[in-house]
Amino acid sequence: VSALLSANVGLVITIVKIVLLLFIVLTVNAYLTWFERKVVAHIQSRWGPHRVGPHGLLQPLADGAKFLLKEDPTPAGVDKVAYYLAPLLALALALTSIAIIPFGPDPIHLFGHDIYLGIAPPDLNIGILALFAITALGVYGVALAGWSSNSKYPLLGGLRSSAQMISYELALTMSVVGVLLMAGSFNLRDIINAQARHPQSGILGWNLWPQILGFFCFFTAAVAETNRVPFDLPEAEQELVGGFHTEYASFKFAMFFIAEYTSMITVSCLCTIMFFGGWLSPFPASWTFTHYLPSVILIPFGLWVIMDGVRYETVFGRLVLPAVGTVITAVGLILIVDPHHINEFIQAPFWFLSKVLVFLFVYVWMRGTLPRFRYDQLMAFGWKLLLPVSIVNVILTSFVILVWGKK
Amino acid sequence: MTAPLVVFFVLAALAVIGAISLILQKHPIHSALSLIVVMVALAGLYLLMGAEFVAAVQIIVYGGAIMVLFVFVIMLLNAGVEEHTSLSKMAGPTGLLLVLALAGFVAATVARSGASVQSAAQTGALSSTEGISEMVFKDFVYPFELTSFLILVAILGATVLAQREKS
Repeated sequence: VSALLSANVGLVITIVKIVLLLFIVLTVNAYLTWFERKVVAHIQSRWGPHRVGPHGLLQPLADGAKFLLKEDPTPAGVDKVAYYLAPLLALALALTSIAIIPFGPDPIHLFGHDIYLGIAPPDLNIGILALFAITALGVYGVALAGWSSNSKYPLLGGLRSSAQMISYELALTMSVVGVLLMAGSFNLRDIINAQARHPQSGILGWNLWPQILGFFCFFTAAVAETNRVPFDLPEAEQELVGGFHTEYASFKFAMFFIAEYTSMITVSCLCTIMFFGGWLSPFPASWTFTHYLPSVILIPFGLWVIMDGVRYETVFGRLVLPAVGTVITAVGLILIVDPHHINEFIQAPFWFLSKVLVFLFVYVWMRGTLPRFRYDQLMAFGWKLLLPVSIVNVILTSFVILVWGKK
Repeated sequence: MTAPLVVFFVLAALAVIGAISLILQKHPIHSALSLIVVMVALAGLYLLMGAEFVAAVQIIVYGGAIMVLFVFVIMLLNAGVEEHTSLSKMAGPTGLLLVLALAGFVAATVARSGASVQSAAQTGALSSTEGISEMVFKDFVYPFELTSFLILVAILGATVLAQREKS
């Protein structure tokens, strides 16, 4: 067995990475639902989930158990193949797209191997195209679910979603061309590194400023592609009951749910990479004191969690929250003492994850504030505003690069 | 057998099975799904040959855009299960003959070209996106522009045909 392991060590590392990433992404998904419910609740002056566990933190577990244990009926007259294929396709493609994302620049040296953060090899030279290819197939999950359910509301939802995805995919693809022109590569790592041309410029070197039009188009189109508010017409509850997933119950519904949240994470990662400098720090490279920022955030947060847990009325809250708080504080302290240059290493993933978190918050924020588009508004917005603006952005960017060169 | 060869046979089998299923399926949506399988398997084959760009574009354009339109139209028209009529007496033998002729032609071409058929990675420039854009926008710029003009004409024609007549 050991000989086989050493012969296929690359394969073993990849499989371990896939399992780890799946675990992390699914956990983040679960707590994203908690985060969303909490934030939307506070926007609407409510408390949100707070019964199950301290601060409702065990709510995702309860929801998961519920999804697994509910009855799973198959409606009469469905097209069996497509009906079972649809949630599988949606979830599989959403999870695959995460594999393309790189989470940090430097490899970890472990047992004599360089292990990069992220599943795809670091020299994947079609990174962004591969992502678009996967998201392009993602529409079939929704469309097939709508069609195969043999029911009118899902069919309408499926039709709406296919039309919406076709319309917004054009703007989505066109809007990143500017970024690709500036980086001269499809590789996501190259795109991030291109934003670090001037190490002292920090936040000013990000693609956001020269590509502000592109960012506007990209983020809008990406929200539409993930079927989130204000573009959630495929599942508009007031008109279509539940839209394309009306006839799905139990874990098949959960698969659509997980797929949606996973694609939210992918889009947030992609926005971070394309326009917000990926793992680059917003501060100039010479400001080394900003490297203590993770500790400065973690230690007070850990102390607050301990305080909060002690105040809690249940035994569980009193035990678990202080324990978690102690771990967080300890991690913060270790990062200050920094025996093995861990602090240096986690800077890049720290910034990457912080930016992704900000984007996830923006997603939830939009859900809490914006009303849904009307269908004709949606089409007019996509074809008459986003597409022309993104084409203008491509022409402007090419013109600037041609005249002044890549700055 | 080496790993790439195994992957090749799996993808090739997928493509062929998808293509046969495309013809045999009775429901238009199932046929469309089979066609998507063929497209994705072909993209995998391109990837195996080192043509990453072509593979990605194959999935984005054919697997994504065009097939979504197919599925969309089938859903919109709510097309039902097709009725299979019995083959006409002419079609069977003629079809078989044509299939044999095509298979023979392909086999002869492959047999003759043997060594000169190489994967894109080995021929160099074509595998990179830069190589493709060099060819499209420098060497073959006039045919390329002519093609886009042709597509423009087709789009205009479709728009005119689809336009409602003013009453």
